[in-house]
Amino acid sequence: MNHLKISLFIPCYVDQLSPHVAIAMVEVLERLGHTVDYPSGQTCCGQPAFNSGYFDEARQVAEHFLKTFHDTDLIAVPSGSCAAMVRKFYPEIFEKSNQLDEAKEIASKTFEFSELLVDRLGVEDVGASLAGTATYHDGCHGLRELGIKDAPRKLLSNVSGLELIEMDEAQSCCGFGGTFAVKFPQISTAMTQVKLGSAKKTEASYLISGDPSCLMQINGYFKRQKADIQCLHIAEVLAKQ
Amino acid sequence: MTPPENNAAPSKQFQTDATKITKDDDRRSFLRTSLRGYMNTRSLTQDRFHDYESARIAAGEIKWEAIENLGTLLEQFADKLESRGTIVHWCDNSDQAREVILKILKDHEAKSVIKSKCMTTEEIHLNELLSKEGFEVVESDLGEFIVQLRDEAPYHFVFPAMHLKKEEISELFQRKLQAAKTNDPKELTMIARQVLREKYIQADVGISGANFGVAETGMISITENEGNARLTTALPKVHIALMGIEKVIPRLEDLALLLPMLATAGTGQHLTCYNSQLGGPKQPGETDGPEEMHVVLLDNHRTRLLADKEQRDALRCIRCGACLNVCPIFKNVGGHTYGTTYQGPIGSVITPHLKGLKNWKHLSHSSSLCGACTETCPVKIDLHHHLLRNRRNSAKKGQGGFFERMLMKGFVFVMRRPKLYQLSGWLGKIAHVLTKPIHGTKLDPFYKWKSTRELDDPAKVSFKKYWKNRPK
Repeated sequence: MNHLKISLFIPCYVDQLSPHVAIAMVEVLERLGHTVDYPSGQTCCGQPAFNSGYFDEARQVAEHFLKTFHDTDLIAVPSGSCAAMVRKFYPEIFEKSNQLDEAKEIASKTFEFSELLVDRLGVEDVGASLAGTATYHDGCHGLRELGIKDAPRKLLSNVSGLELIEMDEAQSCCGFGGTFAVKFPQISTAMTQVKLGSAKKTEASYLISGDPSCLMQINGYFKRQKADIQCLHIAEVLAKQ
Repeated sequence: MTPPENNAAPSKQFQTDATKITKDDDRRSFLRTSLRGYMNTRSLTQDRFHDYESARIAAGEIKWEAIENLGTLLEQFADKLESRGTIVHWCDNSDQAREVILKILKDHEAKSVIKSKCMTTEEIHLNELLSKEGFEVVESDLGEFIVQLRDEAPYHFVFPAMHLKKEEISELFQRKLQAAKTNDPKELTMIARQVLREKYIQADVGISGANFGVAETGMISITENEGNARLTTALPKVHIALMGIEKVIPRLEDLALLLPMLATAGTGQHLTCYNSQLGGPKQPGETDGPEEMHVVLLDNHRTRLLADKEQRDALRCIRCGACLNVCPIFKNVGGHTYGTTYQGPIGSVITPHLKGLKNWKHLSHSSSLCGACTETCPVKIDLHHHLLRNRRNSAKKGQGGFFERMLMKGFVFVMRRPKLYQLSGWLGKIAHVLTKPIHGTKLDPFYKWKSTRELDDPAKVSFKKYWKNRPK
């Protein structure tokens, strides 16, 4: 396999709240023999402004992203949602800008972590092991904006000792949705309550997802409800040996 | 005359009602169970299509063609209808449509009206008007009949009484119709049927909607399961069909795809039990049908949506309700919470166009943008991205408010300056420690999050710092 230079985009809230997810991603990529690079000026993809309807403001943040990631070959993101922002929505917000070509180029080399491994690098077994049963929650943006469904399941099915059990409505939203979670906390939480019911029914020990924002929501609610299910990012699982 | 709108700010009413129903685990679980049944049936029906995805594309294209040629097709549709004696009325807004319908009833000295299911009449608040004017109005669709007895709006524009359990319907029938107690759905249906049969015979005028208007042949097409629309449109001497202008389609053969798509997406059936095409009043030599037929074409701001290049595909909607059935917001707040004629994702998309963005923008924010609606729409409307576009339009008009605008400006300022971003990370940590005494109280800036969820403390070492200190 070719050894590549892979640049990390670590979304702002992962940087601040769950750096262990990013560290796990580095471990896996280095284990596979790739060179990992972290463009130091990076901040945020601009999604919070975009999803609030402030497209111009989002584009200004995105301009900074384009500048920061200018000299990269491949960009790996531990979040389907932030990856979707860059790959799917950058070409939209730069549509009338002279940076459109650049935005499209950056978009085409940005991948969510599991799809990078499976679809771009052709790796389905990273030599990880974790004993127990797990269920996988699909983050909506990864699933529906980027079409990522099989990649994480392929990777997890090759984790030694791990049994994957599908929950009811695995593809139903967890209730996060960015500002939605604080603008409509009652609806957001009701959605997570349904998720907890589905997860409990599988009797799995772990709930795994490819999106740290979903995990923040799910884990936050599960903990409050004292649910006996550990929430893990897929990179954390794949880093375990 | 327009009936007074509920003037409690719609966004406040939405929040209050959402809070109430999200606490009602029993009702939510009931809705979920019903919709799970729908999903199972629908997925079996979908599997029997040779290629359902291609069918969606084709159905979307038919409706697209119709919307792109709306003016021409409507004229063709009206000409054909008129050539067989139907009277066609063009109405710009709901007031005009209400006046037209009222005048027809008065001209015929009508006393009683039978209606088959028609959301467009809900849109123009026809029942309130007619009742106020002294007409007896009876809804003949079972679900509509039930919500009418409860003096409620339809809960879902395809399943108007889906929120009610059979025990509640039984109680209602006992109270309102002096019926005997029974929880058997069949017997409950028979009770309604007995009441309704009388009404069909007594009614002077039948009012229906139209699922499609076929331009080529000048026919309206009505989709139903109970046969009530057939009786409504055929028994009374006068039939009035109220139809939104976006319901027109080019050709009769288009129904060959659109009828099964509507049934599959709407209820999971291959085809509904009845699909009627009505081409006019009773013609010379014919024995059945109304003596007079009117088609009332309603714009009511649909042309405003048509003028919006980005979002006009929302006019493709065939009102199947599939987007509601898969929507996690709808499933958790139910239909009445929306406070709109059209609930769920399609309602959240079009209501701002029909009734104004300022008062209805909250519906576009009340979404996690999960995209389940777009994924399921049988005519491929870009629903969840339209919610995002509504948010953008609202922000552009400054409707987010001064504080939000400043917040966004601050966000941009920090995120374009890596050093400032790092500094704000540290400040955040310091603020986290300093605000510990108010954590969990209403003063806590994260109160809305923490009221139901834990929030992890910021990591001691950010990834940025970790990477900087990592041995090279």
